[in-house]
Amino acid sequence: MSRLNVVLALVLVLCALAVIQAQHRARNYFVELERLKKEAHALDEQWGQLQLEQSTWANPARVDTLARTQLGLVAPSPERTHVETSDAETLVSAP
Amino acid sequence: MSYQPRNSRAHQLLKLNLAPWRMVTVGGLLLGGLVLVAGRAFYLQGLHTDYLQGKGDEVANRNLTLPTHRGQVSDRHGQLLAISTPVESLWARPLELRLSTEQHAHLAKVLGMSPQELSKNLTHKTRGEFAVRRPVTPEQAVSIAAMGVPGLYLRREFRRYYPAGEVAAHVVGFTNVDDLGQEGVERAYQSWLVGREGERHILRDRHGNTIRDLAPIKTAQMGGNLALALDLKIQYLAHRELAAAIATHKAKGGSVVVLDAKTGEILALANQPIFNPNNRSNYQPGLMRNRAVIDTFEPGSTVKPFVAAAVLERGLFTPDSVIQTPDNFRVGTKLVRDDHPHPQLTVTEIIQKSSNIGAAKMAMTLTPQQFWEVLHRVGLGEKPGSGFPGETAGLLRDPGTWRPVEQATMAYGYGLSVSLLQMTRAYMAFANDGEVMPLSFLRREPQEITGERVFSPAVAREVRTMMEAVTQEGGTGQSIHVPGYRIAGKTGTAHKVLNGSYASDRYLSSFIGMAPASNPRLIIGVVIDEPSDGVYYGSSVAGPVFAQVMGASLRLLALPPDAPETATRMTRGTPATAAPTVVARIGGGM
Repeated sequence: MSRLNVVLALVLVLCALAVIQAQHRARNYFVELERLKKEAHALDEQWGQLQLEQSTWANPARVDTLARTQLGLVAPSPERTHVETSDAETLVSAP
Repeated sequence: MSYQPRNSRAHQLLKLNLAPWRMVTVGGLLLGGLVLVAGRAFYLQGLHTDYLQGKGDEVANRNLTLPTHRGQVSDRHGQLLAISTPVESLWARPLELRLSTEQHAHLAKVLGMSPQELSKNLTHKTRGEFAVRRPVTPEQAVSIAAMGVPGLYLRREFRRYYPAGEVAAHVVGFTNVDDLGQEGVERAYQSWLVGREGERHILRDRHGNTIRDLAPIKTAQMGGNLALALDLKIQYLAHRELAAAIATHKAKGGSVVVLDAKTGEILALANQPIFNPNNRSNYQPGLMRNRAVIDTFEPGSTVKPFVAAAVLERGLFTPDSVIQTPDNFRVGTKLVRDDHPHPQLTVTEIIQKSSNIGAAKMAMTLTPQQFWEVLHRVGLGEKPGSGFPGETAGLLRDPGTWRPVEQATMAYGYGLSVSLLQMTRAYMAFANDGEVMPLSFLRREPQEITGERVFSPAVAREVRTMMEAVTQEGGTGQSIHVPGYRIAGKTGTAHKVLNGSYASDRYLSSFIGMAPASNPRLIIGVVIDEPSDGVYYGSSVAGPVFAQVMGASLRLLALPPDAPETATRMTRGTPATAAPTVVARIGGGM
């Protein structure tokens, strides 16, 4: 009887320690989760800023000006355009 | 004496002859102290609990506001038109503000203002808090935070940016500093775009880490994103060509609307004059106005195709019926005039040459009710239903009140008023084989919508052919060409009303057209307000804008050319020459 009690007491102590350990791990995970959430949030904001930057660079007005002035591009004239359709019979470029 | 020494000493002590008041005093003091401590403890723990709990909670127990931000607005291909991004702004609490003279000077330098200006800024009369500068740049934020002035702090706020700037300004609109939509789509879809802040009640340890949630999290609801029907590239073209035309013709203003002829989506909508939504320091309400949607004008000749469709639909005429158009045609006492009189014209020629007499004569064969019904069915006198804030219904009076002379003038576009958006949409009746689709500023799938049948497909095509004649030899718009494509359209040149009568020297030039004419995909409406360099005909002022925008847009959409004669001309140059050849692959197989 008393031996059983000793065993049970030991088990109880072990369980208590396990609870403490589990609680501790849970807290650590929670802290980690919070950190990652914060990081996700920061990345989200950064993504927004990058999108803003991208669209500022890709602004048609800017691209138009750069293409004309720096790269010297022009819209192709109809004479230099060759139209192809996927259907061979309606191939307008056929002589 | 057998007493133990200790006992005897105690005994001796007891025997000391102490005065009783001393005992009472000491006892009283001790008891008093105890009562005091107990009372204080009771007061703090029982009665006045907030203070200490507050102190504790301040460290450990926190209510957090979960931030949210306004949704993005993008064009149909995902190009950003509006986005909220966090910035720091500088706030002050005047009651706590302690600013030394050097700090004051330093702060003024950081903010780039004179110390006097700063003092003026800081002496607000409010008791609460106010923004000193919103937003501050990240560099300013760092140096302000380093100063650590009590009563001066940075607050994180979301600021709205419009990457497309003025190009899409009138459609997208803008928000005020409190993130409320003031104009345009920002206002129309405010409740969808706005987010809802969330809340969390948490427990923290002394390092500031969150330990656990004390209450269920109310998650923040992010603002919804919007994909507009707008195509930023076409929008840019429309904006560029319109701005160029306004400058060339020294006009007061103007608008361009580009519609998808099949779905009623608004692919582009540009106005002049314009404003920059990112910098509204020079706020002028007049510039913010989306003229294409809000302003009305008398449409002039662009109404005539509806008259033709109405009489064809009733079988009163065929496209080849000949109508006498004498130059002394009167309705009541009013003499109807043509700029270029012809003794007789077919229905097609009336549209092609834009004859007022012919249009009036055709309209007089209808009852007012019948004429009204046609105009009403294509959407005149009714809000076009785009959901845009402040969109106008224009004016189409009740047919019961029409006098014959009014019915005649209405046939060539006077006595009723429309917005450009409304009129361009009405042309969908011709472009879309008789069916008018509801307008949309938002991108949508073709199967989502059902249109309203206005004309039979046969009549719609007949009128489209007439409008094609407008841009051919002998038409009012024969100067308007889009290489490679057949186009159909109608010119309009209307006198403006000034002080209640028509001004002889102020015009609204317009052109509404569609292409490719064999199966239209785009409808473009252009109106130019008061061109003042001597040229004012719709064909020479609004027409070129139409042609430029249409040509470039059709190329952008890679639509197969449908004009055979220009197509052969195109291939005349041998592709094998040294000149670089641009190959546009078009059509199926994708």
